[in-house]
Amino acid sequence: MEDDAPVIYGLEFQARALTPQIAETDAIRFLVGTQSLKYDNQIHIIDFDDENNIINKNVLIHQAGEIWHISASPADKGVLATCYNKTSDSKVMTCAAVWRMPKELESGSHESPDDSSSNTQTLELLCHLDNTAHGNMACVIWEPMGDGKKLISLADNHLLLWDLQESSSNAVLSNSAALEGKGQLKFTSGRWSPHHNCTQVATANDSAIRGWDTRSMRQIYYIENAHGQLVRDLDFNPNKQYYLASCGDDCKVKFWDTRNVTEPVKTLEEHSHWVWNVRYNHSHDQLVLSGSSDSRIILSNMVSISSEPFGHLVDDDELSDQEDHHQEEKIFVYTPFRTKEPLQDSIIATYEEHEDSVYAVEWSSADPWLFASLSYDGRLVINRVPRALKYHILL
Amino acid sequence: MSGPLPGPAEPGSEPPGGKRRPHGMLKLYYGLPDPAGEAQGGLAPGGDPGGPTDINGAHFDPEVFLTKLRKECSLTQLMDCETDMVKQIRALDSDMQTLVYENYNKFISATDTIRKMKNDFKKMEDEMDCLAANMAVITEFSARISSTLQDQHEQITKLSGVHMLLRKLQFLFELPARLTKCVELEAYGQAVRYYSKARSILHQYQHMPSFQGIQDDCQKIMANLAQKLREKFRDGGSGAKDLAECVELLLQLDEPAEELCDEFLSHARCRLKAELEALEAELGQPGGAPITDILEFIDRGCNIFVSNMCLVIASYQELFVSREGMQGITRMAQDKLVAFVNSLMETYFSLVERRIQLEKGVGDNSLLVRALDRFHRRLQALAKLLPASNVAAEGTEIVVRAAKERIHQYLLALQSFYQDCLTDVRQSLAAPRLAGKESPNLAELLGTISASVLNQIKSVLTYVHLFTAKDITFSNKPYFKGEFCSQGVREGLIVGFIKAICQMARQFCETTGDKGGSTPPAVLLLLSRLCLDYETSTISYILTLTDEQFLVQDHYPITPVTSLCAEAREAAQRLLNHYVKVQGLIISQMLRKSVETRDWVNTIEPRNVRAVMKRVVEDTTSIDVQVGLLYEEGVRKAQSSDSSKRTFSVYSSSRQQSRYAPSYTPSAPLDTNLLSNIQKLFSERIDIFSPVEFNKVSVLTGIIKISLKTFLECVRLRTFGRYGLQQIQVDCYYLQLYLWRFVCDENLVHFLLDEIVGSTAHRCLDPVPMEQSVIEVICERG
Repeated sequence: MEDDAPVIYGLEFQARALTPQIAETDAIRFLVGTQSLKYDNQIHIIDFDDENNIINKNVLIHQAGEIWHISASPADKGVLATCYNKTSDSKVMTCAAVWRMPKELESGSHESPDDSSSNTQTLELLCHLDNTAHGNMACVIWEPMGDGKKLISLADNHLLLWDLQESSSNAVLSNSAALEGKGQLKFTSGRWSPHHNCTQVATANDSAIRGWDTRSMRQIYYIENAHGQLVRDLDFNPNKQYYLASCGDDCKVKFWDTRNVTEPVKTLEEHSHWVWNVRYNHSHDQLVLSGSSDSRIILSNMVSISSEPFGHLVDDDELSDQEDHHQEEKIFVYTPFRTKEPLQDSIIATYEEHEDSVYAVEWSSADPWLFASLSYDGRLVINRVPRALKYHILL
Repeated sequence: MSGPLPGPAEPGSEPPGGKRRPHGMLKLYYGLPDPAGEAQGGLAPGGDPGGPTDINGAHFDPEVFLTKLRKECSLTQLMDCETDMVKQIRALDSDMQTLVYENYNKFISATDTIRKMKNDFKKMEDEMDCLAANMAVITEFSARISSTLQDQHEQITKLSGVHMLLRKLQFLFELPARLTKCVELEAYGQAVRYYSKARSILHQYQHMPSFQGIQDDCQKIMANLAQKLREKFRDGGSGAKDLAECVELLLQLDEPAEELCDEFLSHARCRLKAELEALEAELGQPGGAPITDILEFIDRGCNIFVSNMCLVIASYQELFVSREGMQGITRMAQDKLVAFVNSLMETYFSLVERRIQLEKGVGDNSLLVRALDRFHRRLQALAKLLPASNVAAEGTEIVVRAAKERIHQYLLALQSFYQDCLTDVRQSLAAPRLAGKESPNLAELLGTISASVLNQIKSVLTYVHLFTAKDITFSNKPYFKGEFCSQGVREGLIVGFIKAICQMARQFCETTGDKGGSTPPAVLLLLSRLCLDYETSTISYILTLTDEQFLVQDHYPITPVTSLCAEAREAAQRLLNHYVKVQGLIISQMLRKSVETRDWVNTIEPRNVRAVMKRVVEDTTSIDVQVGLLYEEGVRKAQSSDSSKRTFSVYSSSRQQSRYAPSYTPSAPLDTNLLSNIQKLFSERIDIFSPVEFNKVSVLTGIIKISLKTFLECVRLRTFGRYGLQQIQVDCYYLQLYLWRFVCDENLVHFLLDEIVGSTAHRCLDPVPMEQSVIEVICERG
């Protein structure tokens, strides 16, 4: 069973920002934001045609500045948020804004690449997230599975909760919290938990991870020294509400149970440089991706701490509605007769298509077996989970 | 003289030939077979014994004989035969005459004798008659006398019977008095003898009131006596012999043996308990130091308790077990004894064990070994006395446990010694440098620590070796021959210690991983070298030493040297990796802070190399010195002579054509800077936090890689102004001037520095690079 070769796409600019188009569940589509100080920056809408193994792309001009972070609305295919650098009067400021892409690009276009490159379109600005009082924006996070009205942004040491009003044309700061402490505290990244009615957010600053309750904006847990140096990224297990993955400058990926944060549940130390990105697969949470500045992407199979430690727990009669209830708590209903040997945690694959530091990896929101990774030199690689493993998990 | 008829014709003393011949003839004559005659007949011609030709045979036929002679013999033979025959005939004739004459004489004399006898018998008959008459008279008298004396005789018999009875009675009547006297004189043995004589009689006649009284008296006295004996028995002062006597007497008095056994034992128990308590007192307060040293303690235990125990056992066995006539109770008595000994010995053992456990000092253990030896030796004696008890086995158990415990203590001691060594090293590294004094040399410290650890191991081995010395009684037990050597000393102590060292090494790498360097890096480096030394030589040396000292004879699985070495090497590798990581992070941290905290857009034109870069070079140099003390130089790739003269290609792009793009989608016109990255295309992928080799260059390369990569990543997160870029150019040139000499492949430094400058240029708002000559001037100036 030959695995498909990776598909590689080159951007002409350097790039750090990558996101799947979350609201799109049929087509495999990623958004990439470029970083260039000299030219107009772009957002590439990458459509991947799975059958023909072909990439189609559309380019949107993002004139506001170089893009450091991009996130797509979970409700509206056409809406996205970026964090971008604005340079004025030899001052560099990172701002955030919500944008809408032209209607015809929302569902992807199948024009030939040559045509579209000449015919670039611009984004329509919906609103700014006003950060003049709070400092540089590190990232913007949408409320997962929400209606696309709620956002959280991290600005220096502030955690800001925004409400989008008037069809997203106005962003109102509804709540905020600030990190107090000595020294310059700065959030580096954050994730919004899909569990607990989306009332929990985890953030990273320096070597610490903090959990926040979005209702009270109070800290609910605190993992001190989660990583040796900086914590670079976080992700919540989509199926197990207390499980959190983190990665950082100690080359490690750690898995935490937020109920007991004194020790990580599991630690992976496979990368040979800082790990910038860690992502749980949306459906099969044993599949964990990590991207590192050693230019590698590692796909791990963390079966032992996944929601399916004994393999896929689907009974025959459940098979039909499996897709519908995927996010539900069915995982906790064990059939005691299925006492398979627990599978071993393992590294499934190391992907070495990149030649520069990989700053972003993302699973596709449409196809759980497909993911994209982006390295600084502007190379986007689309890979698939090895077929053998895919069938092993499914069958 | 086999002739059946030794008749009067028997010749007196004739020559054998002549004597035989006539007999033979006569026998033939009387028709009796005569073997001699047959033999004689054989001499005659034609030898046909018994046949018609046998001249001496009964069936002799002259005609046949003659015919045969004539037929067979020559004339001369015939003539000879004839002469012979004539001679024989003559001899026979004369024989016959002699016999006839003799017979006649004898017949005459016999007739005379018979006549004489006839006369004599007549006289005798008369005398016999007379005798018979006299005898009748005597019989009559005798009967008369007997009848007269009958009465008196009976009376005398009766009287003598009465006399005997009276004497016995007298004895009985006097018995109470006698017994009392005996008791008074303390002649208990006598008393018991008397009583035992009279007892059955008294018992028999107890229905008679007088005897009843005597019996009662006697019983009272004897009960009294028994009481006294028992008192004496109980009395602690009486010696073993006295005791034995008492017991014997009491047994004779039909005291129940079981009770006596119990009493004897409980009495002994009291005394032995007291001794045990005295012994326990010597243990001292719980938690406090013991009053006496262990040898003295064991000595006291052996000399007082164990020897008394032996005495008790011996006398008990003499009294109850091996006595005549005690077969019935032997078993019971023996069981009691064994239970008694076991229970007391158990207490004793627990005391001894408590004492041994107090023996915590980890120095010389000859005292302990000697004490154990003595303990064991004395127990052997005891066990010989009483083979049924399990004291010997338990004693050996205790010794084995003590030995095991000892090994464990030595292991802990070695570990704590090692820890102490490390603490010393840390302190001497952390100690502020005195003005005139050099900082402690790492190589010297390494030498000190490895030598002192080795010495410690050796001395511990010597101590432990005492357990197997030849003159120690327990050294020939199977445990000490086999398991002690292999499992205890080799595996438990030495291998355990080596493993502990490796384990500690690993802990250094783990605990400090997150919190960031609580262990000074120098210690990591030193330990790594130590582990490496262990791998190369020390482990095999120590194990050989151990195997030589403790000739391992059993077949327990033992850890092979190679696996230990592998473990040590792994630990060394980890430590060195960790060292590289820690040192790399320290430098990274400096670089990161310097990049993150500066406003690169609004910086001024560079005039100097930033201080942090100088600091980086300084630190790297000192690390180089530090590592150089412990590790060899290592190989580096050929240097180009003008390493420092390289210039940077400022616009090196990070983008390139893919080497293997299965479905490459061109998205933009190719950048112009492809050429600058051709080099990168063919260069190896660099693993930043990768394992290093055991040499200086590799270690330094690792550290520099980590630092520069951090620099690169940090630069990419910032935005630069023109002067910011120029400052980075200056800094990188400065680093290049100084760092290349430390690494194995200078291209690596060049590559990373190129990347840094290239990335900076990309992140620059106004990328105007500085003139190379200006950069050089600035760097040379500062």
